[in-house]
Amino acid sequence: MSAPARSENSVRLAAHLRRRARWRWPEILFWLAILAAIFAVPSRAALINEILIAGLFALSLDLILGLTGVVSLGHAAFFGLGAYAAAILSSEGIADPTLGLVVSSLIAAALGLATAPLLLRGADLTRLMVTMGIALMLGELANRNSWLTGGADGLNIAMAPVLGMFPIGFTGQRNAALYSFVVLFLLFALARRLARSPFGLSLLAIRENRLRAGALGVSTSRRIIAIYALAAGYAGAAGALLAQTTQIVSLDLFDFHRSADVLLMLIIGGAGYLYGGIIGAAIFIVLRDVISSATPEYWEFWIGALLVVLVLVGRERFGERARQLLDRLKRPAAWEEAA
Amino acid sequence: MSAPALEARGLVRRFGGLIATDNVSFSVEPGARQALIGPNGAGKTTLINLLTGVVRPSAGSVFLEGEDVTALSPSRRVRRGLSRTFQINQLFPDLSPAESLGLAISERNGSGGDFWRVAGGKANIVAEVEELLGRFGLEDAMDQPTRTLAYGKQRLLEIALGLASRPRVLLLDEPAAGVPEEERRDILAALAALPAEVAILLIEHDMDLVFNFAKRISVLVAGRLLCEGEPAAIAADERVRAVYLGEDARG
Repeated sequence: MSAPARSENSVRLAAHLRRRARWRWPEILFWLAILAAIFAVPSRAALINEILIAGLFALSLDLILGLTGVVSLGHAAFFGLGAYAAAILSSEGIADPTLGLVVSSLIAAALGLATAPLLLRGADLTRLMVTMGIALMLGELANRNSWLTGGADGLNIAMAPVLGMFPIGFTGQRNAALYSFVVLFLLFALARRLARSPFGLSLLAIRENRLRAGALGVSTSRRIIAIYALAAGYAGAAGALLAQTTQIVSLDLFDFHRSADVLLMLIIGGAGYLYGGIIGAAIFIVLRDVISSATPEYWEFWIGALLVVLVLVGRERFGERARQLLDRLKRPAAWEEAA
Repeated sequence: MSAPALEARGLVRRFGGLIATDNVSFSVEPGARQALIGPNGAGKTTLINLLTGVVRPSAGSVFLEGEDVTALSPSRRVRRGLSRTFQINQLFPDLSPAESLGLAISERNGSGGDFWRVAGGKANIVAEVEELLGRFGLEDAMDQPTRTLAYGKQRLLEIALGLASRPRVLLLDEPAAGVPEEERRDILAALAALPAEVAILLIEHDMDLVFNFAKRISVLVAGRLLCEGEPAAIAADERVRAVYLGEDARG
């Protein structure tokens, strides 16, 4: 083949293939806005911290559900494991947060690697049951082995300052939020890079049509195992962050509602474009905060209503409507010309 | 060098008591233009699945350029040079044709697992995507989601994806199935323009297409290979006629 001529077509093609790789302004503003919020409302730093951690947890689910199309109703298994690993490490004297975070998320990733082969066969329903079952088993293991986990009492832990300088926890809420912010941003940037790579493209292909992906030479099983282990590591990191910044772990970390909530957050924010988890987590947690201070018993009613509307009306339709409107504003007569 | 591009030796596949493939041996020479025909229920689909590795044979083996690939998974066989298209479109609805082709090319050259490089960042891959888009007349639609493409364009993308794996043997499963008359010519032209060095095995119902395209025809009936030969010989064969006219095959 001769050297490619830089025709109009090849310029368009190269631009199309790389279109999502560059960081765009709205994205940069998004991250700056979070950072600004941490400094602007230090009184709500704990809430922001909770959102960031839930956002990381939902990002982790997006890697398998949104990118790859693998469903899970037991993602709390990795979240809880990461949290307990961080807590146990700290009670064993490893009080450095960053070291604890890395080790905990590696432990969660190892569990992901070990259980991923269970997800290769069967349909979505099988996967929902298998993932749920693993989370149940882990929760029960934590309950029974109270010598290690504190059982129903949970564990209280003490952490050293981050990087030896920034104390986190009850007296350092803003530092805690900043710590979670930095971890979330770094892991997000990695996920973003990965999603735009050939590997990420092959995950999309598996989601879209696993049969054809295999027929193009993609080792679909290996790719699913790899992304599942990575997602488990992300979920473990989120759990470790929660344990370290709240300095307490308890058995409810493995609860079914954790797995369900994170799925809700991702669906509310939109799966498959990586920001959906963070946006969904923010909507979910802020709504819960606002509504539950008004009607403490009934906040789930409104979350439920939001979910029903989103699923029935369809976010795509919202999005498409908005795009059509924008297009019409930009080119008022375009549709008339076409007619 | 003298080995056939693709060879089946004594392939048998039983589903319970049913014998879907009954001791089929045949070969496809390098660069061949061969067709596999047979009435409904003759076992064409099972045979394709055996060749591509989707279904394991009860007995017999499959050779690709002289090497036994019977134990290899479908994706391994693709990387060894055996690729296929599907009778019912198997595309990626939300990816564009350019992305789908880029994916196929990176998988072929072994960079499909690369998670650090930006997709579309390699000039040689982009150039190859462009060449394939041009060959199949897909330039205009290259950046549209595949689900929005006209059906005929989707059929062309099916073939383009099969070719993007740069196969030695390409199995085309009813490439013109369901294509409206006015778009058929594009498919026929694309088939005629396939690279000469790629061996093609065409599985087809449409006799016009078969007799236009194939230099050699294999006829499958009730899981067995009934006969093989040049189009003229097959057209004149009494047994083949009998099968297609629904008469007693022993006639």
